[in-house]
Amino acid sequence: MTTTLADLFPPQSRRWARRVISAEQWLGLADRLESGAFTLVAHWAEPPLVHVALRDAAGSTGIFSVEAVDGRFPSLGGASRPARRLERTIRDLTGLEPEGAPDLRPWLDHGRDERGAARPYAFLPVDGEGLHQIAVGPVHAGIIEPGHFRFTAAGETIVRLEQRLGYVHKGLEGLMAGAPLERGARLAARACGDSTVAYSLAFAQAVEAACGVVVPPRAVALRAVMAEFERLANHLGDIGGICNDAAFSLMLTHCAILRERILRTCALLFGHRLMMDGVVPGGVSCDLAGAGEAALARLFKRIDNMLPALFALYEDTASLQDRTVRTGIVLYSLAKEFGAGGPVGRASGRPFDARRDVPYAPYDSMAFEVPVLERGDVDARVRLRFREAEQSAALLRRLLAALPAGPLRAEVPAREGEGAALVEGFRGDIFAWVRLAGDGRLAHAHLRDPSWFQWPLLEAAIEGAIVADFPLCNKSFNCAYAGHDL
Amino acid sequence: MRKLLFKSLVTLPLTERGPDADDEALAALAGRLDAAVRKRLGRSLAIRMVDAGSCNGCELEIHALNNAFHDLERFGFHFVASPRHADVLLVTGPVTRNMREALERSYAATPDPKWVVAVGACALDGGIFAGGKGVAGGVGGVVPVDLHIPGCPPPPKALLGGLLALMQQQTR
Repeated sequence: MTTTLADLFPPQSRRWARRVISAEQWLGLADRLESGAFTLVAHWAEPPLVHVALRDAAGSTGIFSVEAVDGRFPSLGGASRPARRLERTIRDLTGLEPEGAPDLRPWLDHGRDERGAARPYAFLPVDGEGLHQIAVGPVHAGIIEPGHFRFTAAGETIVRLEQRLGYVHKGLEGLMAGAPLERGARLAARACGDSTVAYSLAFAQAVEAACGVVVPPRAVALRAVMAEFERLANHLGDIGGICNDAAFSLMLTHCAILRERILRTCALLFGHRLMMDGVVPGGVSCDLAGAGEAALARLFKRIDNMLPALFALYEDTASLQDRTVRTGIVLYSLAKEFGAGGPVGRASGRPFDARRDVPYAPYDSMAFEVPVLERGDVDARVRLRFREAEQSAALLRRLLAALPAGPLRAEVPAREGEGAALVEGFRGDIFAWVRLAGDGRLAHAHLRDPSWFQWPLLEAAIEGAIVADFPLCNKSFNCAYAGHDL
Repeated sequence: MRKLLFKSLVTLPLTERGPDADDEALAALAGRLDAAVRKRLGRSLAIRMVDAGSCNGCELEIHALNNAFHDLERFGFHFVASPRHADVLLVTGPVTRNMREALERSYAATPDPKWVVAVGACALDGGIFAGGKGVAGGVGGVVPVDLHIPGCPPPPKALLGGLLALMQQQTR
């Protein structure tokens, strides 16, 4: 049995080439997912086809499709745990039945009609003496997105956490199907507001791959500028938030000041604090505003001053590390099995960064380090974000110092085709796939958030911890709700 | 840590002058608030934030209200952990079918007198997500809305302006 994807595609295939295979061959993929030879990148459906995007150890990528017969397709979920929630979603969104799936409970679909109450949901049974349950959410105590956490605890110790998501399910794929490209891009930018640049970039790259558009060099560089500003701002927000959840608000205060300065500079440069709709298919929608140069110089000076000072503050506060070190450990084996990307994966020794490992412009011509840590605890996830924030600041400097001149946007022809892209957001790799109808509209689009492969690890990481460590641990993951719930 | 703290002692505060209350928002509120109620609450408002389906963009900007530049609490606003402690529900997003009941229950749990501020383009009528299979509609279709703050997402200054209008109308 072959274990590389390159053997399964004709030579010189493009990066996300797609092949329709038989049900038998499909089950062969399940074996290779189970053995760890292939990593699951995405799994979605476009009836009657069911798609799976994969990556092998050598870094090759590809997409396979199997045709559902009588509304049924062979499940990969038995062999691949990361496929399970995705198959439950396929069933919710399309009605296709994953045959032989180990878990058939609805996931995003709560069974609510226009007004009605939810269908009852069967949480996994927990047996044992003296156990009690704590139900949290969907409305949480902080300013955060909605989701439900069902804890089973023995005294203070968490025996099991089960998540229930889907509260912010809006029907994104349904809205995107048939939408003109421009509206599709605006929807993609709002799939997950904190990663708006990364989502827009993934969507745009998928469209560009589908119709063979070459993005002008200035637009490529400006996209990366926006993406790195987004990463830097979000990492600062996360570092502050994690420390605040350990009751160390001084860090939050200073991180929030730096974050605000970054967002203000972004507003000055790109006209929007979060740079929403800045990246569009074909290029970017706006150029750098001329007035921004002095502001940029001031900002970089402040970042250079503050980042080391904040890291020293973390490093020197033993009471803070007392909470973060050895809390919420994610094992490397789990990170690998689930293909967890972003700081969650890299803090557990899984050295994957789409910017380097499935390279795209301009990163393919820039040398940069991908920090990886081994310990997999909250502390490692904090430290990793510090390193990545420094790295983003350095990348920004290099990008801005060498901005090429030229046009900002290439024309996107109305052409039939399909394309995919994998883009590194601040949470990890975002996968986008589009099929273009040929009249300037989307026939179908799928966006897969990095959180799909991180949420389940949070359930594992929290087992055996005390209830009071959950907010800290959860914040150190900072998984998406909106991006996940579609 | 000491160095950082000492430095904060000698640097000027970052907090900026608050924006003027948004006139349009003020007009929208006129007549909704009863004088007796205004007297009772004084100048302190407890806010409970409910994300009813947002993309998380509005949440980021609501978070920014608490940073040193905007310092929401100096105006008497503070965020609370439960609707039972709240005077104001700050609701974002198009209301999804899956969040409708949670929003209704949050509203029911908020003691009277109470106000609902809908935040962002989606909260008005579903915005770009209107018509989505999982979307129930704007916030106003589920709970009575007193003030809508537009924007995608509204920047912190716009949020402050709207909230200040609510407060002024109340204390006038």
